[in-house]
Amino acid sequence: MAAAARFTVVGGGLAGLMTTIKLAEAGHHVDVLSLVPVKRSHSVCAQGGINGAVNTKGEGDHPDIHVKDTLRGGDFLAEQVSVKGMCYAAPGIIYLLDRMGVTFNRTPEGLLDFRRFGGTLHHRTAFAGATTGQQLLYALDEQVRRYEAEGKVTKYEYWEWLGMVKDDTGRCIGSVAVDLRTMEIRTFPAEAVCLATGGPGIVFGRSTNSIINTGTAAGRAYMEGAQYANGEFIQVHPTSIPGEDKLRLMSESVRGEGGRVWVPRKKGDTRPPQQIPEAERWYFLEEKYPKYKNLVPRDVATREIFMVCRELGMGIGGRDGVYLDVTHIPAPVLDAKIKGVMEIYEKFVGDDPRKVPMVIFPGMHYSMGGLFVNFEADPKTQTPAEGSPKNQSTTIPGLYAAGEADYAFHGANRLGANSLLSCIYSGMIGGPAMTSFAKSQSTSAAAMPEKHFQAAKQYWQERFNGILKMNGTENPYSLAKELGDTMTENCTVVRYNDRLKKTVEKIRELKERWKNVNVLDTGNVANRALSYTNQLWNMFELGEVIATSALLRDESRGAHYKPDFSLPEPKTKDPTQDPEWMKLWRERHEKWAKTTIATYSEAGPKIHYEPIATPVLDPEPRWYA
Amino acid sequence: MDTAQASAVTTKTVTFRIWRQDDPAKPGHFDEFKVPYAKGANVISCLMEIQRNPVTVEGKKVAPVIWDAACLEEVCGSCAMNINGRVRMACSALIDKLEQPITLEPMSKFPVVRDLTVNRDRMFDALKRIKGWVPVDGTHNLGPGPRQSSQDQSVMYVLSTCITCGSCLEACPQVTQGNDFVGAAAISQARLFNMNPTGRMNAEERVRSLMGPGGVQDCGKAQNCVKVCPKEIPLVTSIAMMNREVAKLTIKDIFFQDETSKGHGGGPG
Repeated sequence: MAAAARFTVVGGGLAGLMTTIKLAEAGHHVDVLSLVPVKRSHSVCAQGGINGAVNTKGEGDHPDIHVKDTLRGGDFLAEQVSVKGMCYAAPGIIYLLDRMGVTFNRTPEGLLDFRRFGGTLHHRTAFAGATTGQQLLYALDEQVRRYEAEGKVTKYEYWEWLGMVKDDTGRCIGSVAVDLRTMEIRTFPAEAVCLATGGPGIVFGRSTNSIINTGTAAGRAYMEGAQYANGEFIQVHPTSIPGEDKLRLMSESVRGEGGRVWVPRKKGDTRPPQQIPEAERWYFLEEKYPKYKNLVPRDVATREIFMVCRELGMGIGGRDGVYLDVTHIPAPVLDAKIKGVMEIYEKFVGDDPRKVPMVIFPGMHYSMGGLFVNFEADPKTQTPAEGSPKNQSTTIPGLYAAGEADYAFHGANRLGANSLLSCIYSGMIGGPAMTSFAKSQSTSAAAMPEKHFQAAKQYWQERFNGILKMNGTENPYSLAKELGDTMTENCTVVRYNDRLKKTVEKIRELKERWKNVNVLDTGNVANRALSYTNQLWNMFELGEVIATSALLRDESRGAHYKPDFSLPEPKTKDPTQDPEWMKLWRERHEKWAKTTIATYSEAGPKIHYEPIATPVLDPEPRWYA
Repeated sequence: MDTAQASAVTTKTVTFRIWRQDDPAKPGHFDEFKVPYAKGANVISCLMEIQRNPVTVEGKKVAPVIWDAACLEEVCGSCAMNINGRVRMACSALIDKLEQPITLEPMSKFPVVRDLTVNRDRMFDALKRIKGWVPVDGTHNLGPGPRQSSQDQSVMYVLSTCITCGSCLEACPQVTQGNDFVGAAAISQARLFNMNPTGRMNAEERVRSLMGPGGVQDCGKAQNCVKVCPKEIPLVTSIAMMNREVAKLTIKDIFFQDETSKGHGGGPG
């Protein structure tokens, strides 16, 4: 490898930009491929904050407690070494962002302020109003722009990654991508490629995700041999506003700042919420979870809200929806701390949440699963070994994954404000890993025979030319809607095997119908329908992975909830005091505390399970009541 | 999840007149579409409906409309366009509040790519010109940043919510496709970085970048920018403050030419 080698980073969100910064800082050249100007990446939507046990509130917080909360929150399915590394790096990451100019909220003394978030009892979340993701993304965008001005980074914005270029041994030596404006297809040789391409929200049709989050890159990488892990673990956020085009997130920070969830005690109460006296309101989360109250982990809050509406029929007006109430908090406090979300509610619903309780319902939000990645543990600290080429590496040599696109950090359920952290941390260790990998290779990707690049480019030109000629009767956008409706109905909060089976069948049917698509647009400038039709296939592949993985996991864990396979309620308040229940728990744990691995085959995903090493923390029952 | 509830479609329809242009070099025209009305619909959800059925009112099958969008909650800055003659974000343009037919046109101050999408590179180039970043020493662990007051934070926070949507440039009479005026967004960003305790160390460089052609003095004080900013950023105040800094530096340059030329290489402007 040359002293200044060339790398490709796909995706310009927090994970991609941090990977880019690390590579550029080490003196390398980075090509950043992004569907949109990187400043518009989906990280911009994150609201609540970023976790780090800085312990400025005198609560005795510590990275070890952050590790414990994270592993417990994910019901012991997260990769433990990377979680420990992340939690220990968190305070330093927050300080770095502070130095980069993130406008974090401050205490009266001028220090960073921290707020409460779900799944922890500590004030651990640094925040910039309620647009923390935006502020963090901009800080990294600015640093990358600085490298761009210095000539170390070249941005390819409005470029879509299509697939890998591999050598004869199967090593990834570059990528093929298409310019979404000119429709030019070209190759990008690279010593290593990082997919920091976010999650698959749009596979579910409407979600809290940006419409660019189709998961297409991860889906394609899976088709090309990268393993996909824990696909069934899909986070449904408890509080979103349903909309025609998307489900708009109402940040967990609303509850972190004191927001309360309730419904009228009387079923079908038609009074406006302000006229319902305190005693006639049912604060069901506070009642059932006196310790964590409204800040139980997301999967728990989501299930409770879902049950209140769907099983008890106690949603507002008999429909899907419960109150999220901040009217007891003074408006200036709300504006100082969560103005961003107050404005979203006001603009899109029309009511002022400072005066009228918001009506919210759970919405698909995040994928804990993603491309399988490795880590090398430092035997002394049990954190990822510094500079190891293994860290963040997928099962394909030379291909890395970071951010929501990887599977590692969140297990069966992600804690709020851990996603910004995992994005940045995975970039921080992923960049150096890519450099080490490149150094370890005897032949540079740039020196590989031209035939590999030509063949890959030709494949994609032919595929796109083929799609351009598709003039059948199916509309690709309507097929996507059918996929989204099926996935949302059957693969979100509550899951049943018969419905999951039907979902897999439905996806196979959609795949057949895809062959009869009409591409709608035969233009050669900014032909979005062309690229979307290609993406759609990859969405089907991921949908099939998610549904099949959910079908085969016969238990309830974190966000994956199957009533037919749940453990009974323990007889004691503390479940560890109920020996019979503990026996059941142990049996279940031994069988299912494993990573789900999906490997591509044309006939459908091949699923197997891999044991999870627990060098950091022994699993225990996950209990919040 | 509540499909039945959110898609309570009636037989009402919404009429759109949408600018179509296949190629920046070719002339454009309007296509008219009718889409089913749905409660809570916005311009983007209707454009999505057109994707699923790209047929004009005359019954002609056409290519789906091309537009830019990503977050749909007014924080990514993608979907700025002219809606009924006024620049705004399409995602937050609720159908119930718009007069019909709803006319959609691309922003006029940027080159059209296709239909409603435009090329906003000049905005990102402007951020390079003003050196819109805090020049940190590196990403290694150097401990906490400087302390800041809540008051400063609240001013800087508002400035840093700029989504680079281009509305301020679109509304500005001084901006044309042919000129290089940096525009309100970048000027306001220079103010932001000059307020930051570390960014302040390079304040003069940023002020210098706003001198000369295309700089802050090209502002004609029409104050349209602040009226159309979807994030309600005090752009006029930012321009006034940077204008003052430029004036101060100009005077300093005249009287203390020798000393300043020793200390600074000058900006790229």
